[in-house]
Amino acid sequence: MPVEAVAPPLVEIRHLARAYHRGGQIVPVLTDITLDIQRGEFTALMGPSGSGKSTLLNLIAGIDKPDSGLLRVGGLDITTLAECELADWRSHNVGFIFQFYNLMPVLSAYENVELPLTLTGLSRAERRERVELTLSMVGLADRMDHHPSELSGGQQQRVAIARAIIADPMLIVADEPTGDLDRQSASEILAMLQRLNTELGTTIIMVTHDAHAAKTARRLIYLEKGELLLERSAA
Amino acid sequence: MHALKLILRNALRHKIRSGLTVFGLLIAVLAYGLLQTVIDAWYAGADAASRTRLITRSSISLAFSLPVSYESRIRGVDGVTTVARSTWFGAIYKEPKNFFPQFAVSANYLDLYPEFLLPEAERQAWLRDRKGALVGRQLADQYGFKVGDVIPLRGAIYPGDWQFVVRGIFDGADETKITRQMLFHWDYLNESLRQRAGRRADQVGVFIVGINAPERAAEISRAVDAQFQNSVAETLTETEQAFQLSFVSMSNEIIAAIRVVSYVVILIILAVMANTMAMSARERTAEHATLKALGFGPGFVALLIFGESMAICAVGGGLGLWLTPYAAAGFKQAAGGMFPIFAVSQSTVIAQMACALLVGVAAAIVPAVQASRVRIVDGLRSVG
Repeated sequence: MPVEAVAPPLVEIRHLARAYHRGGQIVPVLTDITLDIQRGEFTALMGPSGSGKSTLLNLIAGIDKPDSGLLRVGGLDITTLAECELADWRSHNVGFIFQFYNLMPVLSAYENVELPLTLTGLSRAERRERVELTLSMVGLADRMDHHPSELSGGQQQRVAIARAIIADPMLIVADEPTGDLDRQSASEILAMLQRLNTELGTTIIMVTHDAHAAKTARRLIYLEKGELLLERSAA
Repeated sequence: MHALKLILRNALRHKIRSGLTVFGLLIAVLAYGLLQTVIDAWYAGADAASRTRLITRSSISLAFSLPVSYESRIRGVDGVTTVARSTWFGAIYKEPKNFFPQFAVSANYLDLYPEFLLPEAERQAWLRDRKGALVGRQLADQYGFKVGDVIPLRGAIYPGDWQFVVRGIFDGADETKITRQMLFHWDYLNESLRQRAGRRADQVGVFIVGINAPERAAEISRAVDAQFQNSVAETLTETEQAFQLSFVSMSNEIIAAIRVVSYVVILIILAVMANTMAMSARERTAEHATLKALGFGPGFVALLIFGESMAICAVGGGLGLWLTPYAAAGFKQAAGGMFPIFAVSQSTVIAQMACALLVGVAAAIVPAVQASRVRIVDGLRSVG
């Protein structure tokens, strides 16, 4: 019987722990998390406030460091990377979508999306081609020159999605991407994320409070008090 | 390119705040430049002094004069080429506010001052007229004196009404020479004093001593003073520059105060600028954290803050530098004849640029370091 090769998980977490120091006290946020996330998965992290879901997302995205445990992303133990190495790793491998979009207000939609590409060796013409294509994908080809203040919340989040995918990262992390949007805009954003996942195979990890948003994901991970409580697969 | 774009747009983000900071910098750099120019103007006389001229005066004080008979003995000292007489006249032209220096000088006085250029015909006319006077170009321009005009003076040190006829107008060899004085014949003053107050006749304020070798100035000075040691009127001979600096030293406290004020102005704008940059950096904490999350290093974030600070200082400082010569010209005019030489020196311009640069760098240090060190997760949580 032929042995089928098993692809290693994109995100491999073993006994991960993270605590914060507050007023001389150590407050554990994540305790002994063990988890794998496969390539191409769309995972929703849910849980009440303070459950540690955003902290887990930040650790996976390489913008925070665990106190102990193993954290491999794409086969690389990112906990061993120095600050500047981590920054370089993020620029090539992680796309960020934030609740409040976090666009640069002084830059146009085009320039915001172009921003991650300025860290690559792409020429100006190559950058232009990719930015225009990506903004078309998110339906904002006609809003390239608009500044964030001239766009609606939904449009701003679409610019943020374009910025997140422009450098073709292996992982997209989204922290409450619909938390600041009305129902209609939220549905559009979720549909867009779903399309990215199904059509392009992009791995997405999304933190959300919203059960409706979580249903978009193919896998649900529920955290409470820093521990994994429940896992559910949509399939 | 992206950094420059972000820097410039961030600098223009709060137009009123940036505009006011630029205006503050403009005023600070301008004020610093003007105050430094005032200090330079104070030293202008000393800077323009000749190394081949000595001044012999009473060792007690300038208020005491010396017997004219000293002249021949000074001339006899080895190394002395010429000796001229000069007495401070100190009279009032129409009103006390119209102050300008007047000196009663010997006929050979201008031989010792080649930097004063006088047409030969006017010089001859002056020598022929015992009531004749020579006025410097700056003085002539200020009061509109022309050759042939009569200048009425009311004596303060030498009482009585005096009248002099302008026989010539001398120019400075270059713009650093002060030509805001009036010269007339010492012989005329002396003759008048013989008639009016005989006891005050045959006295000289200072002797201007021409020497042939500047490197022997100290030796010749000692030799001159040795001539009159233990006499009724002992002398003090010094270089013209030392003589001028002794006047400047009388104003040392004022100069020190001006200097301190000029530095305080820069310190104040530094505080204002630092506050502006701290506010800007604090408001943009989330943006800086986002940039870092996207993969931009701490150095890039620091560069944005330094760049913005430098951009504001470049505009404010540049405008201040550009306006300084115009403000200096206006100040010179407003000050009347108080500062005959009031030009912004190259060293002042360099100091102004250095101040603007210093303010730009110093104001950005703390915010830049803080922004570059902020943890991404903390920065993302902050609200601008």
